[in-house]
Formats: sequence, C-alpha cells, structure tokens
Amino acid sequence: MKSISRMLVASLIMSLSVSAANVFAADSLNVYSARKEALIKPILDDFTKETGIKVKLITGKDDALLTRIVKEGRNTPADILITTDAGRLHRAKEANVTATFSSPLLEKNIPAHYRDSDKQWVGLSLRARPIMYVKGRIDPKELSTYEALADPKWKKRICIRSSNNIYNQSLVASLIKHNGEEATQQWAKSLVSNLARKPQGGDRDQIKAAVAGLCDVAVANTYYLAGMLNADADSQAIAQQIAVFWPNQNDRGTHVNVSGAAIIKHSKNQANALKLIEYLSGDHAQQWYAEKNGEYPVRDNIKMSSTLAAWGNFKADTLSLSELGRLNKDAVMLMDRAGWR
Amino acid sequence: MPSCLWIAQDGVKHQLMILRLVMVLLTFVLATPLIVIVSNLVDPNGEVLSHLIDTVLAEYLTNSFIIMIGVGLGTVILGVSAAWLTSMCQFPGRSIFEWALLLPMAIPAYIIAYSYTGLLDFAGPIQTFLRDTFNLSYGDYYFPEIRSLGGAISMLTLVLFPYVYLLARAAFINQSICVLDVSRTLGYGPFRTFKTVALPLARPAIIAGASIAMMETLADYGTVEYFGIATFTTGILRTWYGLDSAVGASQLASILLIFVFSLVFLEQYSRRHARYHHTSQRHQAIDRIPLLGKAKVSAILFCSALVAFGFLIPAAQFLTWWISLGSEAISSDYLQLITHSVELALISALFILAVAVIFAYGKRLNKSAWMNPVMRISSLGYAMPGTVVAIGVLIPLTWFDNSLDSFMRETFDISTGLLLSGSLAGLLFAYLIRFLTLSLQTVDSGLERIKHSMEEAAKTMGYGHREILTKIHLPILRGSLLTAILMVFVDVLKELPATLVLRPFDFNTLAVKAFELASDERLMETAPYALTIVAVGIVPVIFLSRSITKTRDVKS
Repeated sequence: MKSISRMLVASLIMSLSVSAANVFAADSLNVYSARKEALIKPILDDFTKETGIKVKLITGKDDALLTRIVKEGRNTPADILITTDAGRLHRAKEANVTATFSSPLLEKNIPAHYRDSDKQWVGLSLRARPIMYVKGRIDPKELSTYEALADPKWKKRICIRSSNNIYNQSLVASLIKHNGEEATQQWAKSLVSNLARKPQGGDRDQIKAAVAGLCDVAVANTYYLAGMLNADADSQAIAQQIAVFWPNQNDRGTHVNVSGAAIIKHSKNQANALKLIEYLSGDHAQQWYAEKNGEYPVRDNIKMSSTLAAWGNFKADTLSLSELGRLNKDAVMLMDRAGWR
Repeated sequence: MPSCLWIAQDGVKHQLMILRLVMVLLTFVLATPLIVIVSNLVDPNGEVLSHLIDTVLAEYLTNSFIIMIGVGLGTVILGVSAAWLTSMCQFPGRSIFEWALLLPMAIPAYIIAYSYTGLLDFAGPIQTFLRDTFNLSYGDYYFPEIRSLGGAISMLTLVLFPYVYLLARAAFINQSICVLDVSRTLGYGPFRTFKTVALPLARPAIIAGASIAMMETLADYGTVEYFGIATFTTGILRTWYGLDSAVGASQLASILLIFVFSLVFLEQYSRRHARYHHTSQRHQAIDRIPLLGKAKVSAILFCSALVAFGFLIPAAQFLTWWISLGSEAISSDYLQLITHSVELALISALFILAVAVIFAYGKRLNKSAWMNPVMRISSLGYAMPGTVVAIGVLIPLTWFDNSLDSFMRETFDISTGLLLSGSLAGLLFAYLIRFLTLSLQTVDSGLERIKHSMEEAAKTMGYGHREILTKIHLPILRGSLLTAILMVFVDVLKELPATLVLRPFDFNTLAVKAFELASDERLMETAPYALTIVAVGIVPVIFLSRSITKTRDVKS
C-alpha cells in the first residue's frame, strides 16, 4: 500500500510539472488547430526551419478548442486558432477572442471574400463540395445544380452523409442565404426523400456506396476523393470510377468552405503569429495543401497537383463566408425539421 | 485493560472523522463539473430546447434507451454464460478461453465498428462477393444492415461483455465452494446450482458489470456517430457544435444525467435489504464439472465465437491493413505515443484506485443514509460523453486558475498563469470523473463479499480502521484492486474526447493518433495505432486473468 501511495505522489508531482511552464517562450508560437496533426505539422515544421520560430501544437475539435480559449481567458497560451471551416472562425470572432490583423502580403495573397471584413480571420485553403457520379452510369447532362437534386427523378438515387457534419451544415446555410429559408426547407425535405439510404458514414463511404451501386450520385468534399486516389489499390480502383461534377456553374458557383486562421487577442506573440499566417498563405504552403490533402489554394496562380488539375477548373461561390457561420444554426434546425439525420 | 480499549475506540472515532471529511471534500470536487453542467437547466433561454423537443428529442431518447437495454441484456447473457463455463466447467481449451475472453475489452468500440463496417457494408468484400457470385444488384437480396440500431448493439456488446465476464467470473471463483457443495448434496444439478445458488450470490457483481456496460454505452459517441444513429451523445454534440448552443447541449446532458441517476437509484433500491457476503473464506480448488458430448461442443463453439467476433476478426482486419500499408505506416513519434499512453493510463488507474478505496471503505463504515446517493452522484460521470466531462472540468479549473492569477497579480504583482488547466492534472481530474465508478464498483462489490464479522473481530483486537483496511481488507481484496486498476488502465488507454480537449501541448496518445486518422476517413492508416492500443491493453488483461485464477488455487 505504501509503495502505491508513494508512486501516486511521485506521479502527481510529475504530472503537474508538465504543466503550463514554458509555454510562453518569446521565440515560439502556440497553435490550437482543428486541422489534424498530419495535415498541419509538416508545414509548421517547414516554417520553423525557415524562421527559427518554434511552434507548439494542440489539435482537437474546433468548438472544443474555442471553448478552451474562451475559458482560459487572458491567460490563454494560444496565439493562433486554426479551424477547418469559416463558421467556427466567425464564432471565435463573436466570442471576442480574436485580434485584428492584416498585412499587405495577406491582402495580396487572399481574395477579399475569403477574409473577414473586420480583419479578424483569413481563409487559407478551399474545400469544395461538388456532386460526384459514377462514370458511364450517369450522363453529366442530367446534373446541373444543388437545387436540382430535389427533383423527383433522383428518388432513392442520392447518397449524402449525416447532417451532423459541418460541410452539410455550411452547404445548407449557403442555400438559405441564396434561396431563402422557405425554399431551402422544401429543398431539404425533397432531398431527404431522394436519399438512397439513411445518412451514415463519412464522405468516402458515400463515394464507395455510389460505386457499389447503392446510389447514383454522392455529395462529398473533393479531398476525400483525392485521398482515395492516393491510398491503397482497392480505394484507388473505386475512386477511379468516379467523376466530379461542378454544380451551379451557370449561376453563383460551387459551394466552398475554407480552412483558416485567427490570431488570439490575448496572444503575446502577435507579430510572430502574423508571420506564420503569412507563411501559410505563401506559395510553398499553398502548394503543400493541394499536394498533401487535395484542398484548393485560396490563390489563383498556384500550380495545381495533377489530381486536382484532372477535375478541371470551376467557379466557386463567392458568398461571404461569415454568412455561413451566421446561418449555421438555422441550417441545423432546418435539417432537423426536414428529418435529415 | 478497559482504558486501553477506550483509547483505541477514541482513535477509531478520530480516523472515522477524518475519513468522513475527506469523503465530503472529494464528493464536492467530483460533483463540481456535474453541477456546472446541470446549472444550465434553469437557463431562461428555452428556444433551442423547445426546438429539440419539437423535432428530435423523442428520437434521441428512444434510440439511447433501446441501445442501452440491448447492450445490457447482451452483455449479461454473453458475459455470465462465458464466466460460468470457464470457471465451473471443464472442456478442452478452457484455460485459453479464460483469458482470451477478455481480449475484446482492449478494442475501442468505435474501432470495432470501423472494422465490421469495412467487412459487412454494402460496398464491403462480403456483400460484393455475394453480388458478384450470384449476379445480384442493390435491392435484390436481404443482408442485415450493419449501420443500424442492431448493429450498434452488437458492436458495443462484443467489446463490453468482458466487463460482465470479468466481474461475474471473479464472483463465481470467490464463491465459497461449501455453498456450491451444499447445493450439490441437495441433489441440484449444475444448471440448478447455477440458477438458484451461484447466480443470486454473484448478482452484485453481474449488476455492476452490466451497469458499467450500459453507462459506457450511453457515453459512446464514436460508434453511433459513425452509424448515423441519433442518440443523446450525438445530439449533445450536434446541439453544441451545430446549433452553437452550449446551454442547449448542457440541458440535453442534464436530461441524460437525470436518466442515469434514476437507473442507478432503482438498482440500489432493488437490493436495499440484501447483504451479499459469504459465510466462509475457506475455498477449495474448484471441482469443475466436465462437459461431454453436445455440451462440450457447444461450450467450445460459444467461447470461440465470442473470441473470434470480439477480437480475432477485427484484429485480423487491422493486421491485414497494416501489412498492406508496409513499414511507412508508423510515424516517427510512435514510441513516444506508446510511452505517453502507458504513463497516462497507469498514473490515472492508480490515482483513481486510491479515491475508489477511500469511497468504498467510507461507505462500509458509514451506515448513514446519505452515503449511497452521494457516492452514486459522484460516479455519474461514467455515462457522460467525454467531451461534456471535459468541458465540465475545464470551466471550474480555468476559473480557479484565473481567479488565483488575478489575486496574485493584484496582491503581489506576480502572474501565476494557468496552473492546472492545460496540464496533466486537468486530464487526471477528467478521468477521475469519467472512470471512478469503474474502480469504485469493483472495489465495492469486492468489499461487499467480505463479511462484517471480520472487522468486528479485528476491532476486538484493538485494530483501528486504517489497520483493518491495510492489514485485512486490502490483502483479501487484491484481486478486486487489480481488476479495478486494469479496467481503468484499459479505458484510459482507449479514452479519446476528454484527452483531445484537455491535453497539454504536443502531447499525443495512441487513441488521439488513431482518431485523427479515422476522422480524416483514413481508416486503414489507423491500423498500427489501433492494434498497438489493443496490444498494450492485452498485457495487463492476461496478467490480471492469471492472478484471479491464482488467488483461487493458492487457497486450495
């Protein structure tokens, strides 16, 4: 018993000593990232190599990280928050934890509609959510817009994941903005009756289901398809049967969301934080996003990876992304009412 | 002589006072995060809640309830049968099944769900094979849908039945053989002995195991989310993330808490008069009933099926994935991930055990009526989704840190910053809330099997409570204590949401790594980490299984 209690005391002291000490070093940055470690750490390491500024990282879910920053208050060690959608950046701004930042370089690199109008955050890579279909089985002429997926001819032919997913929430938020709540409610209801199965699984599962013949079209983010094309032989074989259709090219453009960053108000390292964000908007990082994860750069003049180039250019919706954050709640409630689980 | 006794009595009272004080303090600390969550119930802004009531709440309730009952029944049937077969019957392979039946415990529920979905999904190899062979297409044939309520119940039952098995088996093994012999001399056959003697005696352990499985089910997020089933847990996170309503999420969590609390209360109430201890600590080596013919074959098949479905098939699937990925699959911080995971799990298991012993022992000594509810309240955290617990922990910790910091700044012009939040202490706190009940129920049900006359005898010899605990109870309880350590160890190893929210900078665990890849839908790439979690979890499982058997043999 004695040895157990001794071990306990020792371990408690040990655990406390790994605490907050050392997180405020001047030439280092603390990043709270909703991007997974594998999708951000390598580029942070490159940044450290180039500038000598060390970067410490915590990854997690956007809202949990934001809550942590809010509760940590003025003592928060966080310098930068990186999220995987614009809505959460908007929430961080609303929660009053973001700093105002801007630079000529950022304004040059990032188009205005991917930046917050009050300079509280910037988008750094694009995540497009087009319609995907099985080559040869569907004539792309049958496809046109997101709105048209509500047509009865698609009955039991569509695969899409649960409305718990943020990308579906953003998509519906954009539809509310463009078409109004009432029309979108009707659309969601029709879409639900067109689903081939109860929403389940992730985006890759929708793609697989389409290829297996369970449905004819799937709505999914492109980087999942890119991920499959660069994965094991089985996944590749499935993904190669899929073609990407860019909806709404004759009007507003395909729905996109961004992964982006904000500087934290209580950060003691705002100058270095800005340096990192500038670096992430630079050529090297922008290309890396595309190569590594099949995301689209926020800038035009970046050389695309061959996977992305194969899907062709597309017109993206230029809706101000703050709107997605503002309407997210309405979108979720609307999907609840439509029975989209 | 009388004066000596009197002094000893006084010392005993003193110890009792301290114990009570510590318990009250601990209960308060443990209850804080739950109070933080429940305090939102009275929030006047009912807009979100009324939307939930109008649309999805009924579905959350029904689904959570069905899954919970299903898993409760499933784990009891599988766990108790397996425990009885391996501890009381003799059949080929028994000594292997004894520990192999614990293996599924090392597999996180969401991981087994990924693996079976990979196999049984419409696009998976089995259905594809069927379609190709018989030239079928979608809708032509019936195949059970893995992503369904039934599927979720099966997945959770497969990995949670070992909890019932473990506790039931320990109870069967520790049952005084005299009781069973008496039953046999009365002419009861093995089945009747099981039904009328062994089963009722093991009831506290079985109920403890089943309630662990059911609470774990309520807290599960990964499986139901992946299967697209709307339950309380998915609803809580959806309300928080999607509707951006921390209040609405807390309200849902509070409803869940009330739900759990009434279950716990019912369970307590149902056995309010019962005392379950054995008349003797004398045990003989168990004279196992040899199974013959059909019974033998069925026993072997039953146990093999449990091990195969709960462990071998998913593990083989991951192993195939790992092999197909090659050596590049392991990241450079692989060894560090293992060290972090093991350290964290071990420290937490020991820390939580210490608290559990204090509570269990305090409950035994304090007969007052308020003890039970207090103890139960503090173990409600087990049914809470990890993220909710994490936020419940984060709020009081950061409040403490920031208040201390403000005070120090004003008084001494020193900033103490964040002392507890963002350190491992925050994580330990969260694990304590989440997993205390695992440890506590195990220690408690072990303690209940020790008859009270033991300490009454010790008291007459002038032993104080501390001596009784350290010299009598803890040695007898060794098996239960080990079980408690093991269960928490394995659970912390698998724990994800709280670790994710509360961990310090650059602190990754195997579970975090596996989750990051899985949530990026790179299921294959999770293989090395998922398998390592399983491998690390197996070591203590086997060690423990041996030790339970040994306690029995030694006493023979």
